[in-house]
Amino acid sequence: MAGPMKMRATLGQGFTEVRVLMTHPMETGQRKDSDGKLVPMHFIQNLTVKLNGKTVVDAQISQAVSRNPVFSFRLKGGAKGDKIEVAWLDNQGDSNSTESAVA
Amino acid sequence: MNRIRRALVAALVICIARPLAALAAWNKDAFGAKTAGDALKSLGIGNAAPSKEVTIDAPEIAENGAVVPIEITSNLPGTTALIVVIDNNPFPLIARFDFKENALPFVKVNVKMGETSEVRVIAEAGGKHYVATREVKVTIGGCGG
Repeated sequence: MAGPMKMRATLGQGFTEVRVLMTHPMETGQRKDSDGKLVPMHFIQNLTVKLNGKTVVDAQISQAVSRNPVFSFRLKGGAKGDKIEVAWLDNQGDSNSTESAVA
Repeated sequence: MNRIRRALVAALVICIARPLAALAAWNKDAFGAKTAGDALKSLGIGNAAPSKEVTIDAPEIAENGAVVPIEITSNLPGTTALIVVIDNNPFPLIARFDFKENALPFVKVNVKMGETSEVRVIAEAGGKHYVATREVKVTIGGCGG
């Protein structure tokens, strides 16, 4: 089950700043649990940012992004009420998305 | 009979094609590479020219390698992608961001660093590659646990 996501999109000077937080363990496959067993890799691989339904950022990421990833992106222009959508997909086929309007 | 068969084949094609389309691309070779050079080769990046227009904002010394904040920007016109590589990590390729016309080539993200390393950011602009490098010293690594 994918954990919650949080997003805030605000108008900056000439751009819209999108800050998004994802709840995800981002396991590298190198960490051992308390029994000394390796914890299997579990990490987000793909991340997409959409502005009013059109993809603006397409990202591929590795297990070396910190746990509970926080990203900031900047979009050209933008106006109050524009719809921003962020979606992710991990290596185990889990996914989640969130959307919000520019404030 | 023929019609039924055709319908079945069509249904099968849809069943197979759908999940494939839903799976976004992830460059397994590049992300699985153990050296920065191999990772860049898998991404088709040869010689990247050093550029002051590509900037990396990162701490000089990171006390906790599990969370190292980095901010990357390209001021090169027509930048379409930013690639992050941390040379001394077990898997050096960290991320590739592709920007479409309405996005600015800027990203802020927290990354894990196993040890002190060069952090490299490569910008793709007009089919050419430009690189910026910065060393980040790590006191406690963030890859094990």
